Amino acid sequence: MVSNVADYKTDVHNDWCPGCGDFGIVSAIQMALAEMEIPRHKAAVFSGVGCSGKTSHYLNTYGIHTLHGRVLPFSQGAKLANPEMTVVAVGGDGDGLGIGAGHFVAAGRRNVDMTYIIFNNGVYGLTKGQASPTLKLGLKTKSLPEPNVNQSVNPIALAIASGYTFVARGYAYDVRQLKDLIVAAVKHRGLSFLDVLQPCPTYNDINTRDWFSGMDNIDEMTNKPRPRIYKLEDTGYDAFVHIDSPDEENEKLTQALIKSNEWDSKIPTGIFYKNEIIAPYDERMSARIPNYLENPPAYQEISYAGKSLTDISKMLDALEI
Amino acid sequence: MSSIDLTWVIGGPQGGGVETAANIFAGACAGCGLKVFGKREYYSNIKGEHSYFGVRVSDKIIRSNVSGITMLVGFDAETLFRHADEVFDDGAIVYESNLVAMQIDEVPTLDAQFKARLKKHLASKNKPFTIQGLLDESKERGITLYPVSFKEILANLSDETKNPKIRGMFRMQNVLAVSVSIGLLGLPPETLLKSVGSIFSRKADIAEMNKIAANYAYNLATVKYSKFRYQLSQIPKEDHTMLVQGFQSTSLGKIACGCRFQSYYPITPASDESVFLESNEIFEVENNRPGSTLVVQTEDEISAIGMVIGSALTGTRSSTSTSGPGFSLMAEALGWAGINEVPIVVTLYQRSGPSTGLPTRHGQDDLQFAIHAGHGDFPRIVYASGDTEEGFYDTAKCFNFADVYQIPVIHMMDKFIASTVSTVKRFDSTKITIERGKLLEKIGESGYKRFTPSPDGISPRSRLGLENGIFWNTGDESDEAGHISEDPENRIYKMDKRAHKLEVALEKIPKEDQATNYGISDFCILSWGSTKGPILDAIDMLKKEGLKVGFIQIKMLHPFPAQYIQSLLSGVKTIIDIEANQSGQMGSLLNEYLDRKVDYYILKYTGRPITCNEVFDSIKKIIDNKAEKKQVLTYGV
Repeated sequence: MVSNVADYKTDVHNDWCPGCGDFGIVSAIQMALAEMEIPRHKAAVFSGVGCSGKTSHYLNTYGIHTLHGRVLPFSQGAKLANPEMTVVAVGGDGDGLGIGAGHFVAAGRRNVDMTYIIFNNGVYGLTKGQASPTLKLGLKTKSLPEPNVNQSVNPIALAIASGYTFVARGYAYDVRQLKDLIVAAVKHRGLSFLDVLQPCPTYNDINTRDWFSGMDNIDEMTNKPRPRIYKLEDTGYDAFVHIDSPDEENEKLTQALIKSNEWDSKIPTGIFYKNEIIAPYDERMSARIPNYLENPPAYQEISYAGKSLTDISKMLDALEI
Repeated sequence: MSSIDLTWVIGGPQGGGVETAANIFAGACAGCGLKVFGKREYYSNIKGEHSYFGVRVSDKIIRSNVSGITMLVGFDAETLFRHADEVFDDGAIVYESNLVAMQIDEVPTLDAQFKARLKKHLASKNKPFTIQGLLDESKERGITLYPVSFKEILANLSDETKNPKIRGMFRMQNVLAVSVSIGLLGLPPETLLKSVGSIFSRKADIAEMNKIAANYAYNLATVKYSKFRYQLSQIPKEDHTMLVQGFQSTSLGKIACGCRFQSYYPITPASDESVFLESNEIFEVENNRPGSTLVVQTEDEISAIGMVIGSALTGTRSSTSTSGPGFSLMAEALGWAGINEVPIVVTLYQRSGPSTGLPTRHGQDDLQFAIHAGHGDFPRIVYASGDTEEGFYDTAKCFNFADVYQIPVIHMMDKFIASTVSTVKRFDSTKITIERGKLLEKIGESGYKRFTPSPDGISPRSRLGLENGIFWNTGDESDEAGHISEDPENRIYKMDKRAHKLEVALEKIPKEDQATNYGISDFCILSWGSTKGPILDAIDMLKKEGLKVGFIQIKMLHPFPAQYIQSLLSGVKTIIDIEANQSGQMGSLLNEYLDRKVDYYILKYTGRPITCNEVFDSIKKIIDNKAEKKQVLTYGV
């Protein structure tokens, strides 16, 4: 059994920009896998396209670097065919909330037991800094010729509205908290969504590390910055749906949506919402196919010595005249 | 007529039970040992537009539709207006007698173009624009008319059985119409009643009521009307004959050959296949636990193919089924499967394009697209089936190609096959083989690399979850391990490695799987896909006139078996290309790969399938040296 963080690292040269928030995320994933002692061959990390897409090459597990916006279809297909795998999907905010937004919503409806992490930096970095779906209206980051004309999408609220049963936010420079959130997300029974604030040091000159730390907002009394980032758990926030009741669910959904709207001066991190009462997709499948988890598609015997083992005679009988 | 060969057509508003009626008719005929070939035509509509179902019945092998109708059954005005002209002079029309006063302009679903054509026709015969006018004209041609008041039958039946509900059950007119037809055609009532029972097998009370109605209408027909001039009769039944809808062939093929994951987005005419798979998701497996197919309905076709690839990476045989518009959305992911050498099967049920096109009509419009879909050079196999039976066995072949060569395979089917109901020999799954190629079950030590060089370009394949089998994939060009590489030498290695697999495939796939040679002659037809049936039937018809015509059905369209086809054509003087598309898409391949050109094109792109008569007529024109280089076929409403 491996449990060493180094075992989850590859020797592939990492070409992210110095200071990129992505480094923190990839470290947190490695630490989380090590902590959970997931055998390397039992984990698969799927990635979208963009800087974050390279994540799968830096992890010494199965690594599937898919297409722009399509990481959720690829990863869900793998998890459904082989439910024994620990599947983590990663991608940028443009990938998941722009070109892949349809898949983002549909995945919530299925609630497949896996984890989706969005590296959220407000820009399309690899194509030189265009505005992404999470950049606020009116902001003009470094390489935009004009200020952003679109409203931003709220990833946390969208995930909740789409049916994700675990919704959380981390911060790329708080690796320890991020590792804990990834562990919680992977262990959650159902689809987990993790929005990770990940400053892009090259193209997003507004939502920078200093900005998140409140360096622009010094407390006159103490002469210390007022950090924007805070942890929900420090405020006594309870994200869990404890009982199967509409009132309980409404209360937890509503408070999560309200919290998701906080930005500018106070930005919450931690778990916003968690509901294990809603059945994950595999349970819904098992209700139809009783031995689905015990004999999933990837492990079914289909042939012996080149001959089919499947008996279709009953279906053919029904068609015979 | 020494041998039986007639076409029975029933029409009615979409949603009115026409398909049920046709299935009962087909079942009743097949139950008497007769061969059946039926096809359904319908608008893109849920309720109200005209749909019809034609069933050709014979005591010998039939593989296509004919131009023309032997017996037309209509209990709505539109069916009569639309089809009366197609009825043979020695045919019959069974019609609702209350409709005679109906005028053309009273039918809102008749389109302006059609109305204008019909009025012109009736005016030329000095007939009023009514059903009566149409029937008078038909009678003058020699057609036998059978006026039946289906409404009256329902009322009488209701009184006699003391069941007032029956009076208003207009959907039962379908069963009455079939039963009257079977009576007029002289088949025994037993198989009719059996067929009614099996169609309604899930609802015992409805089955019972329909059987009573069927029996009543059958007796009425035999007592009240004179027999039709052509009679069907029972012949010895061949063992193990099935009555199958075309889409069921690829579904059953998938189950039999071990496809265990299918994702799809609803689209006509492909989704019937997925729905059948889901309806039969659990099945027996020899000496094993029950098996199952996981069928996932996705948010779009991009997701459908994405999931298929994800599933295939776990070693699961995986596929999706779609039609042109959906396949267009899959193009990018197809390239991903190509560059990462992932075996997937896309079953492509073509319909008429471009864009939404004629969404419920037939077409072979997507051959060139299937060959070229996706950007960049990457290998794929494009394989086409010619009919329902081939659909079953070819499905298994396509999965073998995918696994052995580690490439995406596009299995070309079409709407004609999908909606054909025909009698076929029971599928035999012992005839299919399952070849998984270089898929690894175990990897002994670490150091595995997914894209290790191999003389045939095919590397041993690991799967997600296999110990020591970790690999990486990327849509970028990659090195042997699967990590991104932009190295020029590596690029040449990877591009050539992938391309080489097609050369190997062309060499290793047996010739008889690449193309079927039905005989070579001076005049030789080259074609692909569902034109097979009408061509073979037409060749039989030509033979009766002493005319010999060759036929090569190309099954593997990409990589194109140029040498093999070239060798077959050495004695051929005239090459005739027959396809259901406008530009002659396979003809373009012939012109590209062969050292000679197509001499004649016979093309149809009305969305209606080619009939054997159309092939017969156009080939005769060619033989008689009276044909244009390109003949465009038009038959069908």
